[in-house]
Amino acid sequence: MKISIIITLKKDVLDPQGKIIHQTLDGMGFNNINEIRQGKYFEIDIEENDKKKAEEKVKDMCKKLLANLVIENYKIIESQ
Amino acid sequence: MNSSVITFPGSNCDRDMDVALKKFGFKNKKIWHNDIDLPKSDLVVLPGGFSYGDYLRCGSMASKSKIMQSVINFAKSGGNVMGVCNGFQILVEAGLLPGVLLRNKHLEFICKNIFVKVNDKNNQYFKDIEKDTLELHIAHNEGNYFCSNDQIKKINDNNQVALYYSDKNGKIDENNNPNGSIKNIAGVFNKEKNILGMMPHPERMIDVSISGEDGSIFFKNLIKNLK
Repeated sequence: MKISIIITLKKDVLDPQGKIIHQTLDGMGFNNINEIRQGKYFEIDIEENDKKKAEEKVKDMCKKLLANLVIENYKIIESQ
Repeated sequence: MNSSVITFPGSNCDRDMDVALKKFGFKNKKIWHNDIDLPKSDLVVLPGGFSYGDYLRCGSMASKSKIMQSVINFAKSGGNVMGVCNGFQILVEAGLLPGVLLRNKHLEFICKNIFVKVNDKNNQYFKDIEKDTLELHIAHNEGNYFCSNDQIKKINDNNQVALYYSDKNGKIDENNNPNGSIKNIAGVFNKEKNILGMMPHPERMIDVSISGEDGSIFFKNLIKNLK
């Protein structure tokens, strides 16, 4: 089973990279952007056919390593 | 006093830390990250560097390495553990210290001498240091200390801040904050104060002819007061 997850910074955490990307795009003429927040994307191919079980395992991975819950949120965006 | 410095793949201040500890009287051993057992130690040091190439988040991979389970057990049973720079990042990722270290506010790698104000001397790490401020060296890309409002309240309530970035007279303000750290925090303790994490490198300030000697003050106090 392939599971895709994204990890984003929590709302009140400063994202200087997102800010610079925003400024650069603004300088390139993309003037109608309100905000940019940068995140991380993972594709995890796991040997587990039960969707629920696979997602539980991936959630555990997020909590223990992939995300730092002090500053980040994780979300499963696709399981197939 | 026996100390152990852990070397992770990508550590690059492990030798400097080894030299500094030995200079001030510690019997130091360098321990490889893949080892499981920690030798009998009065102090375990996680040195600076770029463990595992800073992959995922700085310190995140190292915090799960084999030796860290022993370091965590040692720390939780009251053993003294100190993390400097990348070592500080590993300690927060291991959950031994509160908060997290984000990318520097202005996205620049900072490498310079700074001053820190010692917040509290009622602990073994800073007990007999007469100076209120120390000149130390920082070299990092992710030193921007951050934690939630609840955490910062707990940190203040328990007096867990070890060092603040300041000017040489101890003035703590935005102008003397090199990386955007919340409240100018440069180092923190755990609640029991046996674990210390800090971004500045005392081991780089132990030679009067090439640096300064404020690091020497720190290590002299350490060997005298460490329990």
